[in-house]
Amino acid sequence: MTPASAAPDVGAARRTAEAVWRIESARLIAGLARLTGDVGLAEDLAQDALVAALEQWPETGVPDNPGAWLTAVARRRYVDGVRRQAVFDRKAEQIGRELAEAEDPMDEIEFDAHVQDDVLRLIFTACHPVLSRNARVALTLKLVAGLSTEQIARAFLVSTPTMAARVTRAKKALADARVPFEVPVGADLEARLASVLEVVYLIFNEGYAATSGDSWTRADLCEEAMRLGRMLAALAPDEPEVHGLVALMEIQASRIPARTGRDGAMITLLDQDRSRWDRLLITHGLESLARARSLSGSEVSGPYVLQAALAACHARALVAEDTDWTRIATLYQMLASLSPSPVVELNRAVAVAMADGPAAALPIVDSLAGDPALRHYHLLPSVRGDLLARLGREAEARAEFERAAAMTGNAAERAHLLRRACGETNPNTQ
Amino acid sequence: MRVMVLVKANEDSERGDYAGHAEEFAAMGKYNEELLKAGIMLAGEGLTPSSEGKRVDFGEDGAARVIDGPFAEAKELVGGFWIWQVSSMDEAVEWLKRSPFKGASVELRRVAEAADLEGLVPQEIIDAEQRLRSQTGQQG
Repeated sequence: MTPASAAPDVGAARRTAEAVWRIESARLIAGLARLTGDVGLAEDLAQDALVAALEQWPETGVPDNPGAWLTAVARRRYVDGVRRQAVFDRKAEQIGRELAEAEDPMDEIEFDAHVQDDVLRLIFTACHPVLSRNARVALTLKLVAGLSTEQIARAFLVSTPTMAARVTRAKKALADARVPFEVPVGADLEARLASVLEVVYLIFNEGYAATSGDSWTRADLCEEAMRLGRMLAALAPDEPEVHGLVALMEIQASRIPARTGRDGAMITLLDQDRSRWDRLLITHGLESLARARSLSGSEVSGPYVLQAALAACHARALVAEDTDWTRIATLYQMLASLSPSPVVELNRAVAVAMADGPAAALPIVDSLAGDPALRHYHLLPSVRGDLLARLGREAEARAEFERAAAMTGNAAERAHLLRRACGETNPNTQ
Repeated sequence: MRVMVLVKANEDSERGDYAGHAEEFAAMGKYNEELLKAGIMLAGEGLTPSSEGKRVDFGEDGAARVIDGPFAEAKELVGGFWIWQVSSMDEAVEWLKRSPFKGASVELRRVAEAADLEGLVPQEIIDAEQRLRSQTGQQG
């Protein structure tokens, strides 16, 4: 043994503890939540165990089964706490017995149905509708994805104390509302699942809207969201919308390498160099979409499956000219009938313009003109300007582009719109 | 980040002899399930014995020479692989420690991203490679 390796490697033990935490924390917290019936307490106990690991592992070395070690420490803390409260003597005795029975550390890493159910319960609890959207997002990243408060704070551009307070309030809100630690059943399931999917997609979009950086950045949220989505797909494999969401996120994320030019400017979908798209994610996403469809037996199972089908139309076209715009227009129609929205309608107009020409699309856009939801939406005049330009109505087009430029908050986009106002053509629609 | 997990072949896998390995297969199935449930597995395949494989050597002049398998040195051959999406190499190591391998050698390699190549290779070559990759990938 060399002298260098004789001394315990503090940094390595610390990194191992953090890696173990990423892998084990959801199961650990979920198991403790079942034991204690309190997600907040479960998280505190698990954090205590992590702190103990960070203190002890550099001295003692990393245990052979680090997950079991964390579980044992956290459970011991709980029993000690209950014992201190004397009132619960008998309960403590019972837990002490359970603890002794679960002595075989191999028990702890068995991924049995029990643990799976606990993790699923944890996800549903963290995404409970009693919490605000922000709180759901924070709690899911903290409890299920195993991110630190600091990482979550950095991703959401708030200070660590602010995020810590948000997490604490969320945990308290769950306790105050006496939210049971369970997976909803029956009619409840659909609405609660929608909340879970919404949270995962919010996390994804938070990352997708961000630009890349070097260390742990907001863009990493996309990976976290995809990981959560895949987890959910494995834990609830019969839900088409879960697979639809996974497909949607993966296909969208496949474009990340092509989305920004070398000067950092955004490149729109049709201008992207598709050779930069991530083929592994596309393949995976298309597989998830196929699974969603075979489960539901139809295309119109839900909004995520439909949006994934839309994204898949682009993913399947090796060059932008190969895009099946007729199918895209049909899918937008289906999406609009499922959840009517002026934004979806505007997208449908763009697809119709690509499939059947600007004259077919202009009436759709004109029908949206007075929609209050689009009053500040720069893409409405931008799309209308594009259609008018293609119809040779230059003066009207110019006015629309100028209107759109005044509405957008994004400098690069404003510059682009002003160039269009000056008569520059859009190469995609030639 | 992505990590490629390269599992080395052994004499049994090279013979295609899995008769005595039922238990290992069951354990590996369970392990794969765990990777799926954690949402980290992007791809994973086992490879058939090198007797079904080919090797192509290129001379200094670029001339190709095709050599039929099997190839010697089972330990140097790849018998299977995974691609994982993980947050760090440490996490990949921790995941690998949970695998049921016995008497095996497994290598972890970070998959290069576009950023790794920037500045090292002329941009035209990166672009051309990406195009080529997408064309081959598209057929799969």
